[in-house]
Amino acid sequence: MAQTTHGLGGLKYDPTKRTRAAEWNVFFALLLIVFIFEVLNRLNGSSFLFNMRDNVDAIFNKQRLDIMILQVAITGIIAIGVTQVIILGGIDLSSGSLVGATAMIVMSFAQTALVNGNPNPKAIFGDWAMDLPVIVPIVVGMGCGVLAGVVNGLLIAYTRIPPFIATLGMMVTARGVARWWSNGQPVSFPTESYSHLSNGDILGTLTFGALPWPGQNPAVVFVVLAILFHVLMTRTVYGKRSYAIGSNEAAARMSGINVDRHKVLVYTIAGCLAAVAAILLTSKNLTAQAGMGVMYELDAIAMAVIGGISLSGGRGSILGTVLGAMIFSTIISGFTSIRLDAYYQEMVKGAIIVAAVVLDQWRQRQRARG
Amino acid sequence: MSDIVLETRGLTKRYGGVHALEDADFILRAGEHVAVVGDNGAGKSTFVRQVTAVEQKTSGQIFFDGREVEFADPLAAREAGIETVFQTLALADDLDVPSNLFLGRELFKWRFGPFSWLDRKAMRDRTLEALKTTAVKIPNVDNPIRNMSGGQRQCVSIARTAAFASKLVIMDEPTAALGVQETAQVENIIRGLKERGIPMILISHNLRQVFDLVDRIVVFRRGRIVASLNRDETDGNDIVSYITGVKGGADVADA
Repeated sequence: MAQTTHGLGGLKYDPTKRTRAAEWNVFFALLLIVFIFEVLNRLNGSSFLFNMRDNVDAIFNKQRLDIMILQVAITGIIAIGVTQVIILGGIDLSSGSLVGATAMIVMSFAQTALVNGNPNPKAIFGDWAMDLPVIVPIVVGMGCGVLAGVVNGLLIAYTRIPPFIATLGMMVTARGVARWWSNGQPVSFPTESYSHLSNGDILGTLTFGALPWPGQNPAVVFVVLAILFHVLMTRTVYGKRSYAIGSNEAAARMSGINVDRHKVLVYTIAGCLAAVAAILLTSKNLTAQAGMGVMYELDAIAMAVIGGISLSGGRGSILGTVLGAMIFSTIISGFTSIRLDAYYQEMVKGAIIVAAVVLDQWRQRQRARG
Repeated sequence: MSDIVLETRGLTKRYGGVHALEDADFILRAGEHVAVVGDNGAGKSTFVRQVTAVEQKTSGQIFFDGREVEFADPLAAREAGIETVFQTLALADDLDVPSNLFLGRELFKWRFGPFSWLDRKAMRDRTLEALKTTAVKIPNVDNPIRNMSGGQRQCVSIARTAAFASKLVIMDEPTAALGVQETAQVENIIRGLKERGIPMILISHNLRQVFDLVDRIVVFRRGRIVASLNRDETDGNDIVSYITGVKGGADVADA
């Protein structure tokens, strides 16, 4: 019996066939988009993938790839956390604002006392907070992430208010904190060691100079975190519980999973990842502003959605989100490469988010029909 | 009285003013298969929910495995040895068969709190084994169960119960949504439990099934137990009389 008919409406499927991983479709979409941009570029005599300058034909454009990875690294780190929250059946709207609040607070502990021989004009605290070891702002930043994540998790798990509302509250509150912290003033001039977090060359250092990748630390962290959480989601009971709760919370509860505790854990991890993003972003930009991270939460959700996540929970993967992030940055880079205006980029980005979901649902219906 | 697996004395559940279950005295002996029948709202599912601690009883006592028990939650009941197939499937649609079978009791390669490493191969092997003993045919256990038929899903649910069954199995309407063939398969699993000497409480509307499978039939009506009859000493008409209240009405008033 290769094919069986069953259930309502006589839906057909081939039960012996292993369903193809949804990530492949996202990957093919990525290849298609790259191909389209390559063709569009070739029409103008240039190339998307290859460096055509100085008549050096067919040299892979590494610079473009570097930029593409770097520009999604920060939002991508947030998206890793958001993906886990959505798989759990929740949503996190607070991550962008949390980046803003954490950025302001962290930077206040990362300032240097003397700027070109003069006292730091943007100093927030007194001398005691100047030139602190780099571990201090990192610990403070992670503390912000844990605090916001725990509050999100506790609200959602124990007051049973919808995650949308709880994290919306956190989103508004955290943005308020970011503006209140220094009355809207930017916090700037970090220590050398703090700026090195993003602008150093950790990959080169770790590989003893074999793979130098200066200024790409956010991308390195993004890749490492993506692999780490991909493993946690697929190989450990942490991921199994997240998928189970997102798939059928009542069943998970009945099976003895401590659903409430697990929710707090996942939201806390999401908060920590937003904090990591804030630290890397401020280190990269050498300044913190109250408006940092605006719309990051929606970009992160969009990456997850393009990567094939189901907003009702239980379905999706870190790998999908990483591919979604790559599509995201390919589109940005692609439009820049054909010199299309930024306004058009936004419009097309919006259309692609919707198209991704429509295509995914269409594909699922096709599979159900067999 | 060591052969009594489960006993309830005066088990009562009220939802506000509604008396869903009233003074239920129930006994299940070792190896015995008992059917619980009754009209909709007669208190069958309520009875099961008190025994399995899905809800907390209003009053009364439950004795399981020789001692009085107060289960805090369904997990405590399950850890004590009561496996239940609920009316609404307690399955996670997006997980594959092994993950569902081992949901909440995963096997680990090494333990590290919530990040413990799963032993996926062991779980898969034991799943195939469990499905073999229950004669359930699932073409590919690695697919999420979302794409499986109602019968296959129910079989997964029942295979889970049968595979982990230790002291008592409770099934709430296990074949309600199934076709003829799938129902036969479930009934075979139940006969397998009987052979293994595992006692069972079966809630069912299907009198043909009840007479086929169990040793004793307990009739609920309006939250009370109105009859407990051996299968060989009764027939369908008799049971229906108790269910509808033609018989047993007078006894209820005294009980």
